[in-house]
Amino acid sequence: MAKAALLASAGARLELALALAGLALLLAAPVLLALLKADYLLPTVTRMVAYGLAAAALDLVLGYGGLVSFGHGAFLGIGAYVAGALLHHAAHGTPILSWPVAVPGSMEVTLILPAAATVSGLLAFCIGAISLRTRGVYFIMITLAFAQTVYFLVLAIPEYGGTDGLMLPRGWDVAGMRVAADAPRFWFALLLLVLFVAAMRRAMESRYGLALRGARQNERRLKALGYPVFSIRLLAFTVSGAATGVAGALLADLALFVSPDLLSWQRSGELIIMVVLGGQGTLIGPVVGAFVLLALEEELSAVTEHWMLVLGPILLLCVLLFRRGLWGQVSRAA
Amino acid sequence: MDLLLLLEQTLNGLTLGVMLFLLAAGLTLIFGVMDVINLAHGSLYMAGAFASATVVARTGSFALGVLSGIAVGAMFALLLEVALMRRLYAREHLDQVLATFAVILIANETVKIVFGPQPIFARTPVELSDTVEVLPGVPFPAYRLAIIAVGLIAGLFLWWLIGRTRLGMVIRAGTTHRSLVQALGVNIEVLFALVFAIGGALAGLAGAMAGPILAVQVGMGEQILILAFVVVVIGGLGSVRGAFVAALLVGLTDTLSRALLPVLIRDLLPPVAADQVAANLGSVAVYLAMAVVLAFKPRGLFPAHG
Repeated sequence: MAKAALLASAGARLELALALAGLALLLAAPVLLALLKADYLLPTVTRMVAYGLAAAALDLVLGYGGLVSFGHGAFLGIGAYVAGALLHHAAHGTPILSWPVAVPGSMEVTLILPAAATVSGLLAFCIGAISLRTRGVYFIMITLAFAQTVYFLVLAIPEYGGTDGLMLPRGWDVAGMRVAADAPRFWFALLLLVLFVAAMRRAMESRYGLALRGARQNERRLKALGYPVFSIRLLAFTVSGAATGVAGALLADLALFVSPDLLSWQRSGELIIMVVLGGQGTLIGPVVGAFVLLALEEELSAVTEHWMLVLGPILLLCVLLFRRGLWGQVSRAA
Repeated sequence: MDLLLLLEQTLNGLTLGVMLFLLAAGLTLIFGVMDVINLAHGSLYMAGAFASATVVARTGSFALGVLSGIAVGAMFALLLEVALMRRLYAREHLDQVLATFAVILIANETVKIVFGPQPIFARTPVELSDTVEVLPGVPFPAYRLAIIAVGLIAGLFLWWLIGRTRLGMVIRAGTTHRSLVQALGVNIEVLFALVFAIGGALAGLAGAMAGPILAVQVGMGEQILILAFVVVVIGGLGSVRGAFVAALLVGLTDTLSRALLPVLIRDLLPPVAADQVAANLGSVAVYLAMAVVLAFKPRGLFPAHG
């Protein structure tokens, strides 16, 4: 018993050390890339950070809650579209809504990010409230169906470009100042990611987090102990949706383009792959998974046009052999 | 909206409905008997479509094309079961989703390498290329009527197979009391492989029939697969009867809402915008129907597991 605890803490220490080392490397990334004359890669790394946030957010539901949401692309896309719409309308000087209340567009990040989080969080609350009544395969399918609904609803709005996506004239401002360089944009995304992961790691060790994880293992027992399992899960789903929406907003500002692709079911599938590849139920693992998957895509597509033929078997092997994911392997190695 | 157009669209909806049924029947059996979620079912459909289009182009015989579609669908399914799915029965749904997602990637890319990214041409058989007057003044393509007929025949065949044969009895028992069936000495490995092959054959048949009216191209499987999942979930996992009812419901809802919505909102919006809005809102109708069904009956209309 004591030995097991000691081993666990050794694993936790290694995990912490590795995570901090990775963070230090990331913090220095803009400088390192500039030294290597590879500044052009910084937006790619920023994109990885944004997807890392989305994957970590999905991990709350998937890893800790044990609920396979096949619809997180919807939250990613809605976050991106909320940011995109605010910027689009601000640039054109038109209101987003003129009825029942007038809502103008905005360039201000302190308004855009909360808006993206609120709208996608609300959406997640509504979708979760219905979906969480179902179990297993039904849950997978109903989240997929809701994401498809959102996809087609967004495509139906002519103002936002339909299948062509929405081009943005410019990115957001921070306190009235334009973000001109890539590095501050990157550090800002990284800050959000670190804050989210750190806060959620704490939350998952709290009473609430233990209840969420307990419900994954034995729902009936948790209910018998008097825990409101449905509300616990709904809270996790809502927070997860809101954070995924923030990731979407980061992607919109980064690319100056909102693609309906973000809402597609393939994107939901990719988010799941990131979580599992990195190691579910660790929050840091999914971030690693996002980096690895996007790097693989980037590298393989440079080598061959048929990169999916390489990615597919890699994915299969991971599912069949490495069930704990990359980060899980690391913390077990200690 | 006049009644004749409505009738035509209803028949179109039925065409889509029976195609969905062919896919969903296999999916729901695989769900029901093995408790496996198979995203790659759409790839079986794609394989059937490509095989049949190729054979028809080489031999000129449509019947031969359909048969090869069925055969390729069944064989691909068997291969998938033996090589991969077997290892996933005991795993979580999450692993099954991921592994079959990987299979989709591999299958799509392979087809892209062999046949290219462009859609390939699938010929409508000459005997069925005309239109038939289903009612005076309502011409309807004979080929689409043939699809409806094939779907209904397949439905009858399944009803006989599952309701009236020994194999069907074992399959039904497998969906409700899996471990008991095993304990009674049924060779469960053979049964699982067989169910997969039946599902593959039906998907291949659907692909072969769909070829001439839809584009035979990479990714065709995923478009219809999601609708087939909706059908399976509305009908209730494991219930072929539920799949049949739900398939017709989904086919009709999808087709009719796409046909009727543009007419309804044309007065409200400029014509170009109206078409875009209507086409997409039409797609939403199906998913909303599913959400409503699941909100009230979380286990579908005809749950097989009691």
